[in-house]
Amino acid sequence: MVAVAKPSAPSATHWAVETAELTRRYGTARALNRLDLTIPWDQRLAILGPNGAGKTTLLRIVATLVRPTSGQITVGGLALPGQAAAVRRHIGLVSHQTFLYEELTARENLLFYGRLYRVANPRERADLLLERVGLTERADDRVRTFSRGLQQRLALARAVVHDPSILLLDEPDTGLDVAGLDLLSRLAVDESGRRRTVLLTTHDLQRAIALSDRVVVLANGVVILDRAAERVDTVMLDRAIRGESFAGKETS
Amino acid sequence: MNGWLGQVSALLWKDLLTELRTRELLGGMALFAFLVLLTFNFAFDLRIDNVGSVAPGILWVAFSFAGILGLGRSFVQEKDRGAMDGLLVAPVDRAAIYLAKFLGNLFFMLVVEAIALPVFTMFFNFGIATPALALVIFLGTAGFAAVGTLFAAMAANTRARDVMLPLLVFPICVPVIIASVAATSLVIDGGTLTNHLGWLEMLAAFDLIFGILCFVVFEFVVEE
Amino acid sequence: MNVRTLPLPKERQETRGGTLDWLDWLLAAVCAIGFVVALYAAFVYAPTEAVQGDVQRIFYFHVSLAWLAYLAFFVVFLGSVVYLWKRSEWWDTVARCSAEIGVVLTTLVLITGSLWGRPIWGTWWTWDARLTTTLILWAIYVVYLMLRAYSSDRMRGARYGAILGIIGFADVPIVQMSVVWWRTLHPQPVIEEGALPPQMLIAFMISLVVFTVFYVFLMRVRVRIEWLKEEIAQLQESEG
Repeated sequence: MVAVAKPSAPSATHWAVETAELTRRYGTARALNRLDLTIPWDQRLAILGPNGAGKTTLLRIVATLVRPTSGQITVGGLALPGQAAAVRRHIGLVSHQTFLYEELTARENLLFYGRLYRVANPRERADLLLERVGLTERADDRVRTFSRGLQQRLALARAVVHDPSILLLDEPDTGLDVAGLDLLSRLAVDESGRRRTVLLTTHDLQRAIALSDRVVVLANGVVILDRAAERVDTVMLDRAIRGESFAGKETS
Repeated sequence: MNGWLGQVSALLWKDLLTELRTRELLGGMALFAFLVLLTFNFAFDLRIDNVGSVAPGILWVAFSFAGILGLGRSFVQEKDRGAMDGLLVAPVDRAAIYLAKFLGNLFFMLVVEAIALPVFTMFFNFGIATPALALVIFLGTAGFAAVGTLFAAMAANTRARDVMLPLLVFPICVPVIIASVAATSLVIDGGTLTNHLGWLEMLAAFDLIFGILCFVVFEFVVEE
Repeated sequence: MNVRTLPLPKERQETRGGTLDWLDWLLAAVCAIGFVVALYAAFVYAPTEAVQGDVQRIFYFHVSLAWLAYLAFFVVFLGSVVYLWKRSEWWDTVARCSAEIGVVLTTLVLITGSLWGRPIWGTWWTWDARLTTTLILWAIYVVYLMLRAYSSDRMRGARYGAILGIIGFADVPIVQMSVVWWRTLHPQPVIEEGALPPQMLIAFMISLVVFTVFYVFLMRVRVRIEWLKEEIAQLQESEG
């Protein structure tokens, strides 16, 4: 096993993510409207909702890409946006855009991100990850020649190059092939075997229930359903997303 | 290697490697510079006896127009494939991103200028290359690239981005153009370095002031 | 939703006369009287200049407008800095309105400069140092307005505008210096200004003061209009 420069473990006394009255406005529209949410460490949370509900906005705020308009949010005890730079070492993002450079090879992409994240021994880390995601034979091919599924696999590897404790997945199932999905669940565990905290947004209700411990449904920037995954089913979720009434609302 | 510089060099390496593989940027810029010089040849050919009087202007027009082309492309790669998010989500100082882009742009512009200069000499039958000229070209290009890199990032996020970039860059870079052309013409007239020291100082001052200003302000361009 | 059917909040109902309050009316009155006084001072009170004749009288307005334009752009700079620091939309509105007014003032400076130069030097334009610098200033702030118009959303437009506002203003002294040096290389027709005798000085000061009051008046009204537009948009959003 290659030694990785893992960032110091975040404090155990804080939540992984905690928001209070989190609001984000775009012009006059509110993507998030005084949202309160707490996410404990090691939890896998699926965030569902209709388009425009605020799922991606929430994820992007946690990813430090978007500043909140008002309210508070802390990630690993670090407040955003003030301590965004420190937060970035602990998060990995997978989006439907791959963030890969098509003229570079798979190995070069991982090498680049490894150096960007100041990983110790980026070359060895790259080789290890290529093996993990099953891309060793194609390591020296340009990403331009990869299929969509392969690119998403490489994107997953890229997201964990620095062994983050929090993994953010924005609609990861689009474009992933079957092997990739299996990979997704395997990469949800970090180098020391500990579970990563995972936030994922998706439209696929079954996958949401299968991959997560807890399910949250957002609509108009607020939480309308928040339950353990074993206590929901696709029918209930579908109704909630469509704005129809569903059986009660409890937090897990 | 120092972490911060390591990140800058990783970013720079990525851009240079990409360009090496596609060669679309340098090729396009060099060709464009060549065409500008060609056009000037027809624009002036029948009426100008003294090439030396218009040479500095022609040269810097060719440099700046080709430069704008290159600057316009510098953030397209990140913008089109959303890769900018990939950079922003990483623990990288935004200023480091700026520095890497600036160095890349500076490098590409200097390469194109090195190609354009002999072409100019050939077209206009006018020898112009001296070490003093190299210094002027370097300082002038650096100022242009410093401002241009910042505005390229900005323009990439606006509508009509190809129009906005030259509109942003040229008015702000007027001092660079004035000083570079003036210094270049002094060099052609066979002066020593001391003759055009004042203009060089102005270029250096511009480079320093705006280099630092753009370096500091860049993070406000890329944040959301 | 039709804006006209929005019920006016109670406070607004008391100022149904429009968007102007008592201070605005006072400033407007001062300007109205002031302009008359300034015109008189410039065209009647001030003596005729020996060399240039009556054409020189345009100087009082030309230079006053120039000072105001610089003031307007300084306000843009100030608003830009405070906006980036505090993210206050009010300061951004101030910057934007000042840029608009500044562009108008600068256009007037260029026109009056042109009108002045024509009878004296026979050309509509002269690459005099100040005129050239003003022209570049004009270009920078027109681009500022375009940048804001072409930005995809308001917050981004505010941020980008603020950056350009800061860089543009920092550029002005350097532009000035480079243009002045450049002009010494190629002497051009110059718009002369010698020392001013007291009567001319008074006429100039009157003009300057009136234009300053006018600028303040315009800013107050303009910023308030923009602010109301913003409020209406927010009300519409929460209603709809």
